[in-house]
Amino acid sequence: MRRIIGRIYCGVRMLERLVNTIRGIGHRTVDRVHRLGFAARFFLYSLTCSGESFRRFPLVIKEIYFTGVLSLIIILVSALFVGMVLGLQGYNTLQRYGSSEAVGVLVALSLVRELGPVVTALLFAGRAGTAITAEIGLMKATEQLSAMEMMAVNPIARVVAPRFWAGVISMPLLAALFSLTGVFGGFLVAVPLIGIDDGAFWSQMQANVDFREDIVNGVIKSMVFGVACTIIALFEGYDAPPTAEGVSRATTRTVVNSSLAVLGLDFIMTSFMIHGGN
Amino acid sequence: MERATIDLWVGLFVVAGIAALMALAMKVGNLTSLNVGETYTVSAYFENIGGLKARAPVKSAGVVVGRVSEINFDDDKKEALVTMKVDTKYHFDKDTNASILTSGLLGEQYVGLEAGGDTEMLKNGDKIKLTQGAVVLEKLISQFLYSKASEGNEKKADSK
Repeated sequence: MRRIIGRIYCGVRMLERLVNTIRGIGHRTVDRVHRLGFAARFFLYSLTCSGESFRRFPLVIKEIYFTGVLSLIIILVSALFVGMVLGLQGYNTLQRYGSSEAVGVLVALSLVRELGPVVTALLFAGRAGTAITAEIGLMKATEQLSAMEMMAVNPIARVVAPRFWAGVISMPLLAALFSLTGVFGGFLVAVPLIGIDDGAFWSQMQANVDFREDIVNGVIKSMVFGVACTIIALFEGYDAPPTAEGVSRATTRTVVNSSLAVLGLDFIMTSFMIHGGN
Repeated sequence: MERATIDLWVGLFVVAGIAALMALAMKVGNLTSLNVGETYTVSAYFENIGGLKARAPVKSAGVVVGRVSEINFDDDKKEALVTMKVDTKYHFDKDTNASILTSGLLGEQYVGLEAGGDTEMLKNGDKIKLTQGAVVLEKLISQFLYSKASEGNEKKADSK
């Protein structure tokens, strides 16, 4: 009799543990969906508030300085090295097929289509996104945002919207600079270092890179990444628990979520942009 | 930092970014050649287009005179219909010969136009009648082997 009761008790305990696990998963899912809804509302609200940030454009300019101009060094140096590596690797593979002149096409297409927007967005999330999150998180922790509300200043319009537009404006410009510097890096390796013919390098590149299909699509990608990275950084900062630990966690989440969003969006957009292989 | 300095840097940044876009368009994407000029459309049926792609160049005497705009399969004729945009600067007569050629051994394929002797010129929407499709390597090899084999047979017959 006791053994039977003991077994039933054991079974109930196990069932309870199982139910708790399922409940935990459900709770986390609902929490995520809740946060996503809040993020969407936050995004829409900052869009509706952005009229004011255009009327006070110096605010946006100041933020462009912090997110765009100060990110230039890391973007340009990475671009130069990425381009140089692409040149070396591309040459190494292409010369086996006797078409080492095509290294220009390889470098330009991979930079303009993919690496330019994507690597810029990843670096941007690391360099500018974290700064935005930490700044807004600290503003919240030190109750600067509530103070603004007390003074009848809308913190979304005053703090969030200018940063959002600064990110959206900076990102395509940074990506264009990245692509151009990368192509220059590839040129540096291919022409003076390896000794590929200068004319063949540029003419093959020009024959195979299309303005509409490649360059404009790259710019569209970088604009979407700009929106995604900036809004994630802003939201994580705004939503951070007002403690030191909360802000640090929010900063980590910014990098993780921005990177995942960028790579996922990149796949979706690429599959829309490349249709039928032409 | 002072406001004016920030404005200056941001201005420089925006100018540099837009200049980079322009440079990409001009130097990398070659926006200047044949994308802005006026063009007229001609089309041609080909038995086989090989690896021809949309945006491939249309050349005459080695000079790029246009680009392939569209490639379709004509279900009635069971042939490929290639639509080309040719620069209005260049005029070709009605019995121009269009063939699909390859630049270099492994290079990209393009449409070569060879002028004929007709007095009437091709107009917008016209069709080129004389065409030659792409050379398919497998067919070429099988033809070669076939002719070799028949040569061998003849030699055997001669020696007997």
